[in-house]
Amino acid sequence: MAAKLVLTPGQTVGPFFALGLDRPDWADLTRNDPLGERVTIEGRVLDGDGAPVPDALIELWQANAAGRYDHIEDEQADKKIDPNFRGYGRVATEAQGRFRIITIKPGPVPGRGNALQAPHINVAFFARGLLRQLHTRIYFSDEKANLTDPLLAGIEDESARQSLIARRGEGGAYRFDFVLQGLGETAFLDI
Amino acid sequence: MTQPPAYARHRDGGQPPYLYPDYASTVKRAPNRPLIRFEHTLSEITGPSFTSGWAGPVATDLTKQHQGEPLGERIIVTGRILDEDGRPIADTLVELWQCNAAGRYHHPVDQHDAPLDPNFTGAGQAVTDADGRYRFVTIKPGAYPWRNSPNAWRPAHLHFGVFGGGFVTRLITQMYFPGDPLLQYDPIYQSTASAAARERLIAAYDPKLSEPEWALGYEFDMVLRGRDATPFEAP
Repeated sequence: MAAKLVLTPGQTVGPFFALGLDRPDWADLTRNDPLGERVTIEGRVLDGDGAPVPDALIELWQANAAGRYDHIEDEQADKKIDPNFRGYGRVATEAQGRFRIITIKPGPVPGRGNALQAPHINVAFFARGLLRQLHTRIYFSDEKANLTDPLLAGIEDESARQSLIARRGEGGAYRFDFVLQGLGETAFLDI
Repeated sequence: MTQPPAYARHRDGGQPPYLYPDYASTVKRAPNRPLIRFEHTLSEITGPSFTSGWAGPVATDLTKQHQGEPLGERIIVTGRILDEDGRPIADTLVELWQCNAAGRYHHPVDQHDAPLDPNFTGAGQAVTDADGRYRFVTIKPGAYPWRNSPNAWRPAHLHFGVFGGGFVTRLITQMYFPGDPLLQYDPIYQSTASAAARERLIAAYDPKLSEPEWALGYEFDMVLRGRDATPFEAP
């Protein structure tokens, strides 16, 4: 096999990324009226001092309501593509580190082998002070499939596992905080 | 059922660490806990595609977005998006943002005492062609001070975002200019341990890309993660 090319290293998104990357309408993945249950996910991004992070960028990638990704390599013939749902979203935090995403709850998607993964949203996370992105996932507190999800089941530390699960609040919105460091730190993935 | 092959893992030293105290903002933002290693599933190997509605003369020529010409040295920046096996990545979105020739971003948070240019915003988008190539026309950004340490200056750079084939190939990086004396003092550039990987961040001046009497040409390829050699298969 030929030698691999050297990969391009990541470099921080910096404090001014909104100039090139902020597209406020991309925070609403339901803007083209897709099929599925509408969900709002809101929360804050906090640093190791508990201070809000006002310059973070959260990117989302998820399956549609049937559990199919809009991508050529998802060949699940029994699930339909939803032409009104692309599955990609993006939101930047505001001055107090808050964000809000409107989307649909994804269906379960296959894991490795015969495993099924609980409904989840894949996250790539960028900020000033992060030299490259972090990856994590957002799961939903009211999904029984969480109990058998391969990623969640493989995390022994209870607080780390809980950090991946968005909780439904009184107003109906899901709450999910990104804690970059320290107490309640979000579990980030090496993928 | 056979699933498509996973993407290859990063190699040691080829990417910057999360905690790099010379870049002071990493100290309170880098996770303390080790990352949880997880083998790729459909969730990681799929990702968004952007095949239409992006490329256009205004989006790829940052000198033509206003009534007048921006100040500064006109440059052409072009290159290919490749995977680590050298395969071109067609139809992928490339996003660019940068400060102006004086070193000031068109952004409310940037309070550097340098002038804004009414003829320059500093943002563009391109979609790669069948050969994985993108091309922008812009102006060379200025260096600017930042508060990381006393008298710290960022070397001139362009910010690039690229997607590639799957969610794990997503890359946000910066392009630097050859011979910049600020590079040796810049912790963001220096944070990557491998010298060969740091070299990837520096564009090459190419006289063949320059257009006579008009603009200087630079080549800047970006290399994204490629496939693992062995496909994963259901037991």
